Amino acid sequence: MSEATIGVAMSGGVDSSTAAGLLARGGRRVIGLTMQLWDQRRLPQLSRPAASGRCCSLDDVHDARRVAGQLGIPYYVVNFERQFEEQVVRPFVLEYLEGRTPIPCTLCNSFLKFEHFLDLAGSVGAGQIATGHYARIRRDASGRLALLRAADRAKDQSYFLFGLTQEQLARTLFPLGDLSKEEVRRLAGEMGLAVADKGESYEICFVPDGDYAAFLEAYLEQEPVAALPAGGEIVSSRGQKLGHHRGVHRFTVGQRRGLGIAAGAPLYVIATDPRSARVTVGGEQELYSSRLVAERVNWISVAPLRSPARAEVKIRNRHQAAPAALIPIPDCGAVEVRFDEPQRAVTPGQAAVFYDGDLVLGGGWIAGLPASV
Amino acid sequence: MDHFYFDHNATAPLCAQALETAVECLREVYGNASSIHFFGQAAKERLERARRQVARLIQAQPKEIVFTSGGTEADNLAILGAVRSSKRPDRHVITTAIEHPAVLNTCAELEREQAAVTYLPAGPDGVVDPEDVGRALRPGTVLVSVMHANNETGVVQPLKEISELTRRAGVLLHSDGVQAAGRIPVNVRELGVDFYTLSGHKICAPKGVGALFARAGAGFEPVTYGGHHERDRRPGTENVPGIAAFGRAAEVVEQELAAQSARIAALRDRLETAILALVSDSFVNGGRAERLPNTTNIRFDDVSGEALVIALDLEGFAVSTGSACSSGAVEPSHVLTAMGLSPEQARASLRFSLGRCNTAEQVDALAGAVVRAVERLRAIAPARLAHV
Repeated sequence: MSEATIGVAMSGGVDSSTAAGLLARGGRRVIGLTMQLWDQRRLPQLSRPAASGRCCSLDDVHDARRVAGQLGIPYYVVNFERQFEEQVVRPFVLEYLEGRTPIPCTLCNSFLKFEHFLDLAGSVGAGQIATGHYARIRRDASGRLALLRAADRAKDQSYFLFGLTQEQLARTLFPLGDLSKEEVRRLAGEMGLAVADKGESYEICFVPDGDYAAFLEAYLEQEPVAALPAGGEIVSSRGQKLGHHRGVHRFTVGQRRGLGIAAGAPLYVIATDPRSARVTVGGEQELYSSRLVAERVNWISVAPLRSPARAEVKIRNRHQAAPAALIPIPDCGAVEVRFDEPQRAVTPGQAAVFYDGDLVLGGGWIAGLPASV
Repeated sequence: MDHFYFDHNATAPLCAQALETAVECLREVYGNASSIHFFGQAAKERLERARRQVARLIQAQPKEIVFTSGGTEADNLAILGAVRSSKRPDRHVITTAIEHPAVLNTCAELEREQAAVTYLPAGPDGVVDPEDVGRALRPGTVLVSVMHANNETGVVQPLKEISELTRRAGVLLHSDGVQAAGRIPVNVRELGVDFYTLSGHKICAPKGVGALFARAGAGFEPVTYGGHHERDRRPGTENVPGIAAFGRAAEVVEQELAAQSARIAALRDRLETAILALVSDSFVNGGRAERLPNTTNIRFDDVSGEALVIALDLEGFAVSTGSACSSGAVEPSHVLTAMGLSPEQARASLRFSLGRCNTAEQVDALAGAVVRAVERLRAIAPARLAHV
């Protein structure tokens, strides 16, 4: 296997296209690879004309192929649909039914891009891979590899990458980590890439229009891996019955719309419990919480924490990292996070990622919070 | 880097004679074959010459040849045309699970038109059992469609035995002969078929041209509507340069068939022998059946066929696996799973299909590249790549 050859994960978007272009221009031997992850026609109930513009659509493959042609690099589409369904879509569905709000992008990074894709690249002769993620990798004085936020804080995607291992980091390049989005677009234009002006999508690639409930219902109809949740009660945090709902999968912490309850002040979902089929609602102040437990913690850039430490913690990609104390819970790979100030909508199933400035220390998955609400 | 082509079942390079004929017609024979004047007559002359050449390749009468845009259209014309011409409410079609999508998806369309379709399995060697055909026949059966040779394994189907059954039952028999014609001798009378599909580009003619043999007297209706071309069986101004080149290629391939098939079979066997000897846990799919001389389908346990195809392409060797979906990604072969392979085994299988341009040196280089690539793939997370 050649260290010198790089397999670039090309989605057909401007970021990964520019990453491929920069490497090819820098004289590296580059192979373009597009992962076919999900067939947008898989759930016909959800098909809309707009589906052609989303992830894994034929349009995106066409764009990636065109860019590879412009760059003069070999290009292939590889079929990861089965792995994506087993390791990303199905866990997403099951987590959601458990009352959590999972982040499929992190699962996709950990299992698809930095595991299967890395293996595939290696097996076709590419010792390293590159993606269009906005994040940086540095080697520290001890020789350990560290994951850092992107230079462009607004585009930083390190939140989705906390699950990577040292071995994965060692074989990965993020050519865009030091660039701003504007610079990336300018470089794409300079290289004449066909996708320089292409828009971008923030939604989860396999969920049309961000409608999780419709996706879950359509998926479970086709793949009965679990029962669709029945309806239940909407209650206040004091247990007072306020109304009815048609399934806890329709609700996520912090949600305000779709409750169908008239109240003097706005009401928000503050917890969902699939076992009792209860959705608990309350005023905005009840959404705030000053602690959480992060499970299955991965320490990416540092040795596992043995005693309490300070960090800034992000609980959503769009969350402003907040100062907190990290208190390791011995022998279970979990960490208790105590925020200096209560944080809004701490949501089970999302990730809590720990930062020291630009350095990503590690992160874990937010556990259920029965005690804190 | 040199690139070598081992994917002739996907398509074959143009032969010099077909190229010459196509260029000559494109330049000089521009008349419409339906026109009565000099120019039209010149085109008509080329068209009918090609019809005789193609008919001769499969021992048909020229008037039994309907030119089409390719194998897919010919399959559609035979299957839709024959079944739609029956007005029985209980009309029924028998086909096999190992057919090309041009047949399978045409049958799926007939199911939407309320016809019943039986999909017969193949045995572990990729051969359809004629007795299964006999058992599936029923009073409403209009058509049986069984390919002559499979595109992925090269396995030749027992058409003669099947046609004895269909003839006795008074049922029409169609066969997709896209891979067989030009590679093994084909005699539509001996085979006993009523319809037989041909494709130009598999026998070194240009893409975009094919033909349907429709036995004189075998009833079918057209599936597209227009002028009176092709004896009212297939409307549209004829692609004379393509058809003329197809005819010329058919002539060449027929003349050279015996010599080429012996030469290519020897190369195929050389490749197979080398790979089986040098790569552990490798097996030929359909290896014990009668096969086309140019095809071998080899399973490499614990290897991702998709990765192997890419690795070989990067080394300059073009082979294939499964069938590509619309994005170009590979899906496990429905042919191999219909033969009883697990999806993992199907994903671990590669098709090598040889042609006139291949040499012994190329075959030896390919075998060496396969050995190295399989070793590397098995060394890198074999379990994860092959089984997840």
